[in-house]
Amino acid sequence: MCTRRRTRTTGISPSRPADKAMAIRRRVLLTGNPQTPREIAEAISWSRRDFLRLATGASVGSALLSFAPLKALALPRSRKVVVVTFGGGARDEETFMPDGQENIPHLLTELIPQSTFFTQVVNRGILGHYVATASLATGVYETFNNFAEVPPDHPTVFEYYRKDLNRPATDAWVVAPSNGFNRIGESDARSYGNGLGAGVILPKRLLSAALSSGGRVQYAHLLRDNYETPLYTPEVKGSEIDLRQLSGILKMSVDDFTAHARTLSSPDELSVYVARQLMRQLAPSLLWITLHDMDVAHAGAYSLYIEAIQRTDRLCAEIWKTLQSEPEYAGKTTMFVLPDFGRDSDNDSGGNGFQHHRTGDPLSRTTWMMVMGPGIRENAVVGRRVQSLDLVPTLGSLLGFSPQRAEGKPLTEVL
Amino acid sequence: MLPSQLKAREFKGYPAEARQLAISHLDLLRELPASFVPLLLRELIEYDWKFPAERKQIDRQLAYLGSLSASQRQQMMAGFEQLRFSPELDHFNWVKAPTLFSEKLAAYFWASHQIDSFRTAAEDYIRRVDAATPKEPLPMPRLGIVVVGQGVTETRYPLFRKLRPHGVYFNRVKPANGVRTLLGAVTKRAAAHPVAYGHWYVDGGAAETISGPGVTSVAYDSLASARVALLFKMEEAIQSGIGGPEALRTMLHEMRPEEIGLSGKTDQAVLSRFETSLLTEGSGTQIFSTTFVQWAAREAWARAQPLTLLARFAPRQRQRPMNEMIANPEEKPALDPEGSLIDADMGAFYTWLNQQRLPGAEQASFLAWFEDHHEALAISPVLPRHTESDSPVDLEWLVNQLHS
Repeated sequence: MCTRRRTRTTGISPSRPADKAMAIRRRVLLTGNPQTPREIAEAISWSRRDFLRLATGASVGSALLSFAPLKALALPRSRKVVVVTFGGGARDEETFMPDGQENIPHLLTELIPQSTFFTQVVNRGILGHYVATASLATGVYETFNNFAEVPPDHPTVFEYYRKDLNRPATDAWVVAPSNGFNRIGESDARSYGNGLGAGVILPKRLLSAALSSGGRVQYAHLLRDNYETPLYTPEVKGSEIDLRQLSGILKMSVDDFTAHARTLSSPDELSVYVARQLMRQLAPSLLWITLHDMDVAHAGAYSLYIEAIQRTDRLCAEIWKTLQSEPEYAGKTTMFVLPDFGRDSDNDSGGNGFQHHRTGDPLSRTTWMMVMGPGIRENAVVGRRVQSLDLVPTLGSLLGFSPQRAEGKPLTEVL
Repeated sequence: MLPSQLKAREFKGYPAEARQLAISHLDLLRELPASFVPLLLRELIEYDWKFPAERKQIDRQLAYLGSLSASQRQQMMAGFEQLRFSPELDHFNWVKAPTLFSEKLAAYFWASHQIDSFRTAAEDYIRRVDAATPKEPLPMPRLGIVVVGQGVTETRYPLFRKLRPHGVYFNRVKPANGVRTLLGAVTKRAAAHPVAYGHWYVDGGAAETISGPGVTSVAYDSLASARVALLFKMEEAIQSGIGGPEALRTMLHEMRPEEIGLSGKTDQAVLSRFETSLLTEGSGTQIFSTTFVQWAAREAWARAQPLTLLARFAPRQRQRPMNEMIANPEEKPALDPEGSLIDADMGAFYTWLNQQRLPGAEQASFLAWFEDHHEALAISPVLPRHTESDSPVDLEWLVNQLHS
């Protein structure tokens, strides 16, 4: 047999000498200023590996960065915040690790260079999408049944925002996948809840309500649902309330909405389309968009999971572009992008790799977050470990409300 | 109920061999923590339908636990002893329904932030049992074979990317008669070392004819009527308002082979139960053939621990809304060969990973082949790693190389 040592880079083998990568990492972590997208990715990968070594008991130095005070005085007064979460996390393997980088060109080359990037955002709560997203929104690890249609137990960021700042109902909105998330805008908490929360738009329900029964087949690709378990997929149903949202809030006719929907290719594209309409019609100061396509991974088809990651990557860049081009948002909007959690590692025999997030292993609990906008340091990597619960206190510090019952701490690197 | 209160009559609903096993170890079960016994019973209650390798594992666990002194056992179970229960779980009849109880227990551990402690305790337990288990030599090194890409004429997808660092990538494989050659290799191994459930062939389409005895065959197409019956039952349950995914999962777990048209005969009971579990416990196995093959290979490795496994992927149906795929399974759905190739490529990697988790991994070999094409990847202790070969070879020569 004739064999020869591979010399071409496959992406599996070390793609560059380890000492070079170490040098980049050292410089990036010391200065907080990676110079190229590749360097940023290297920094993220190295930092995550450090985390994993930490999790397995190996000792590493702290990657804590010190940040110079930002130009707080120069911040615009009418600040707005858009939070984009992924329900159905993407693993490092398919994103920031060398093989995965081809799936996230927009995050790597467009968004990260403009953002402060937290490489280790840990979720210690229940790894189910609704309950985890609710935890992100309350700043407390919620413990209700992930599959139950119940409101969060603790006040949501929307309630803190509206109550403390006396904001109208039109100023806080959630655009979410249809199943389960319809209660996420408002909690059951005493002295909150009760009309103080965010409006929730479920685009698939909206579309379902807008369609005549005969037209559903043409839009089936937009109505598909992969929520947590492909074995249970409750029918998406629209209602009168949804139709009132369409005309009263989004100011769209059923015909215009359905005609545009036909040009889209997935439920998340529909969500982004609806979010854009919301921005144009109501310009809410607090907008939360939950994307969900990549949770198709639960059906076990790797190619569909990868396609969804690529689509999510593109949609995040499109949302950011929209924020730069809409007069109500341009120059005064901070965008947070974060998956709700990760997915199971290939190395955990208790799971089945990318398919689920059931093991609770370090990779399934660890993800990342990018923050960008006016006053946010660009091209900066934060290697210290933070919690997903830190989001709400950070939003409170940014927007000026007091999330009293939220746990976690404000992330000083973006304040 | 506490384990110390266990009585023999409580196992009357168990299948014959499971009941006998439980009763013969009653004293031991009474000594174990309440957060551990139901998990053991979850395995034990299925004893009658377990593969020989699984039975051996249960027997060894019980023998090992029985061999410990009270203080040794207490030390070993310390992690489980610390876990707290909810009042609801305290009153649950976990002897009668250990699987359902285990699901509720896991949900409670997640909600009460005890899941990490549970993981630690479980991993520690597995490590100790494994360390105490004598390693039996295998009659022959294991061989895993994965065939990917059926129906794909051309691709630019970089195949076997995750496997290449571990073996030799061949780019001039002669594809003629490839599947028959590989099946022949499986048959030959089965004839050389006939072991019950020791040699497997999993196909994502219609199974090829196997020319010899001793090969356990599972095929997606042959389960078509069972899949349709299952999807019908699922749809019926959802429409009747079963009460959410957890209730549906419980319903599926309790499903017997006969209920979806599979054989309930004694001589086929073990395999029928296995096939049923692939469809009722797997996620996506009911609708995507690529998921079915990957999951079947994983489960076969983990449960039957065979010496040989050949997994052949076939094109899966194109993605449609999940509701529709469940409610309206088509007889001849449109296929997605290109997407299926990517699924199968990852499936090949996972099949190798799962093979490597078994005893004897250091001697095991693995072959992945792009069906009807010239690319293959071979991993073996006798082959170099992360190398590439452009020598023209055929599959028979390749298989022979793996253990030469």
